[in-house]
Amino acid sequence: MEIVRSQKISASDVIPILPLYRSAPVLEVRLEDFELFAIDRLRVLNGIDDGLSRGKKPEEMEKLVTDLWKANMRHHNASQVINKDIISHFVLRLVYCRTEDLRKWFLSMETALFRYRFRIESAEAQKAVMGEFNLPYKAVSNSELEVSTFYVAITLLSPKIGKCILALEIKVPFEEVPDLVAGRRVYIHKGYAYVAMSQVVSLVVTQFRSHLSKALVLTNRKWTSTIREHEKDRLTPIVQALSTRYVGPDYSQPTTEITIRDIDKVASSSFPLCMRHLFEKLREDFHLKHGGRMQLGLFLKGVGLNLDDALTFWKAEFSQKVGAERFDKEYAYGIRHSYGKEGKRTDYTPFSCQKIISSTPGVGDHHGCPYRHFSEENLGAVLGKMGVGGHIVKDVMDKVRNRHYQLACTLTFEAVHGCSCDTGINHPNQYFSDSQKILQPKVYIEFTFSNAMLFTPTERAKRLYNG
Amino acid sequence: MTKEAVENGSDDMLIDGVEPEQMQRNLVPEGFNPNYLKVYYGKLFPYAEIFKWMSYGNDGKHPACDLSYFGRREFSFTLENDIYLRFQSFNSAVQMENSIKEKCPFKIDIGPVYSVDPAKRHAYAQGGDSVFTPVERELVFDIDMTDYDDVRYCCSGADVCLDCWPLMTIAIKVIDTALRDDFGFSHILWVYSGRRGVHCWVCDGRARRLTNEQRAAIPDYFRVYKGNENSHRKVSLGGFPVLHPSLARAYTEVLQTFFEHKLLCGQNLFATEERFEKILEMIPDASIAAELRGKWQENRRSSISKEDVNVVRWEQLKHLLQSGKQKILGLRRCVEEIVFTYTYPRLDMEVSKHMNHLLKAPFCVHPKTGRVCVPIDPDHCEEFDPTTVPTLSTLLEELNMGSLGGDLENDNVIIPEGMGE
Ligand SMILES: [Zn+2]
Repeated sequence: MEIVRSQKISASDVIPILPLYRSAPVLEVRLEDFELFAIDRLRVLNGIDDGLSRGKKPEEMEKLVTDLWKANMRHHNASQVINKDIISHFVLRLVYCRTEDLRKWFLSMETALFRYRFRIESAEAQKAVMGEFNLPYKAVSNSELEVSTFYVAITLLSPKIGKCILALEIKVPFEEVPDLVAGRRVYIHKGYAYVAMSQVVSLVVTQFRSHLSKALVLTNRKWTSTIREHEKDRLTPIVQALSTRYVGPDYSQPTTEITIRDIDKVASSSFPLCMRHLFEKLREDFHLKHGGRMQLGLFLKGVGLNLDDALTFWKAEFSQKVGAERFDKEYAYGIRHSYGKEGKRTDYTPFSCQKIISSTPGVGDHHGCPYRHFSEENLGAVLGKMGVGGHIVKDVMDKVRNRHYQLACTLTFEAVHGCSCDTGINHPNQYFSDSQKILQPKVYIEFTFSNAMLFTPTERAKRLYNG
Repeated sequence: MTKEAVENGSDDMLIDGVEPEQMQRNLVPEGFNPNYLKVYYGKLFPYAEIFKWMSYGNDGKHPACDLSYFGRREFSFTLENDIYLRFQSFNSAVQMENSIKEKCPFKIDIGPVYSVDPAKRHAYAQGGDSVFTPVERELVFDIDMTDYDDVRYCCSGADVCLDCWPLMTIAIKVIDTALRDDFGFSHILWVYSGRRGVHCWVCDGRARRLTNEQRAAIPDYFRVYKGNENSHRKVSLGGFPVLHPSLARAYTEVLQTFFEHKLLCGQNLFATEERFEKILEMIPDASIAAELRGKWQENRRSSISKEDVNVVRWEQLKHLLQSGKQKILGLRRCVEEIVFTYTYPRLDMEVSKHMNHLLKAPFCVHPKTGRVCVPIDPDHCEEFDPTTVPTLSTLLEELNMGSLGGDLENDNVIIPEGMGE
């Protein structure tokens, strides 16, 4: 804990303030920032989600949260850092207040974020937060602790504390910690409860969580009663778009290019299992049903296969089964359509893991997520074909049984590439680009996060919403 | 109860004209009747003391006192025909005295101090800034012997005897110590409930001002019973490697001794197969339970031992469970769990959790037993004998003999010091 704190002090761009988001800010914010800040925070929350579902230990989570925060929540203007924190939180509140599931997810992620930010705060800042929650802070003096009964009792109650710095113990009037009293989880003497620092964290986090939980319900009421209608031309579309949880890099604009000549090579080196499977089935059957064509086609588009090459690629396969003429008549349209060249001219984005996992492939379909939709036997067999075996397969199966399909995919990635993938796999195209990054470090061009996101001109959104 | 009480009183005792030969014993028939009660309220009930206590210094002697304080306290009366009068309030000791004398309640309950005079609560219900809500209430506990029916074999239900009363003594000792040492309270009044239990009033300002949430934490702190009759192990002492300091203190200072010296033999806890099976069920290791069962079933047939069978069997059980071989925490903890099951206080949780729960006033007379709800000195609670508590009739006898001049400072009736602030 000490080490983290000293890092913190040296990082001059981090202002050690931990907002509790108790009231909505009255801040002017540019519409771009409204969305950009929210996306940055969403990256942090997604990273936390990933870390938690990988079962990271508290110390690892602490580091992960610190890193995620540093990577995403900076602002070139130091004075704006805190505003960015607050604005992004409140924008996401709007985004995630709208259904029970969204609220639940947001509540757990924000609570986890708060927990780890609180843990790495300085004692002073922790004290301030406790003050905000009306938890009086009184450190137990060492002389008091040496009175053997106290020390023995506290040590017995929480043996870990022997290793902790005793000064971190605090004593509070027992009235302040009714939960801990009720559960006999604290030592109580003469009206004071002796609370370990780890319990202080849970105390503060409990407060934070209950405040946020209530606030989300209120925000939802406000959203349905006024904001949605009032902001239907401006904020509502942004809010609605933001809630589809995938906010990783935008793979609809490929930054690399592949040609037909490269396809076989990259398919075997850098395709995730779901795409590899579709690719092989296509080669075997010269056909894929609609779901498979969409999943693989958009992936290839994201990987950098241009429309002409895509048409050539699909035609080469399909024509062996249905003939060139029928391909041109029945299937070419679909491919041009997915490149935004037909119909509404929507430029379709490649599917994220979330979307693939939640799809429901039927008989004869090959799309979907193999980790989710294959039997264990089949999954074991295809992993074997990728050269994944032994204890890795066992680990993968464990994740699958716990329904952590993306983690299963991440483990596969790590096994195949022989290096770790800290961000986790959230998107097949991310799998591809991360793989390429490892295999061809020189050619790789760093992703820039989408500029293509639909920004209206710099109209000023005054007072985003009132809590 | 009312009917019975009236019948008892139908032969209208003449308090004044007693026959000399009746002076020795049973001058006034045992039991309860409204006429005795009238005399009791007329001559003996400690109005001034109750008023002084419930005023907490707000009785006009200090410059900063709140004169409305006592008047905002709810009293409720249960009258002879089960008529229940709630939200009675009084502005002075005299007012209280007159009302009690006039109504002659079979039972007086004490509720919280409200934000406004409870008698005028309807006036405030129609809006305005003052809301009718409880603002202060002693932290109270109610311990009733009927909650121990599964661990006492001497009597059941409403009856108590000297074999099971130690359970109440344990409760007083354990809770009184924890209230003082753990929670830091000092103004604590223990009262015999008049029949089969005890009440506790914690009167410190800090206790009176606990919110419901804070209040509820305290009975929970004292609770070790989880689950129901279907789960064999009813006691849950927490998953820590050692007992919580409060439980450990209760165990070493009170429970262990009382279990081994009073209840083990007093209740014959191991005397029959049915009884020892109940204890064996609490042992998580089936082979150890089987070993003990084997011994005890055999032992019953060849009853040569001179030692008490309960003591012998308890020692055997302890020996097996606590021998160095038993590395598993659950097994070593099991001995403690058995002791806790048979001894640890069982509270009526609801009474303690809410500010506006009513509790019978001290010095009431129990309408079934005729016994007075007298205070119990926690420092000498072993000496308290519920069977010798003064009854209406004994008090009236003494009154008739002129030995009681309204002076309550005798051995059984003690008003604890420091009840005011
Ligand atoms: Zn009994």
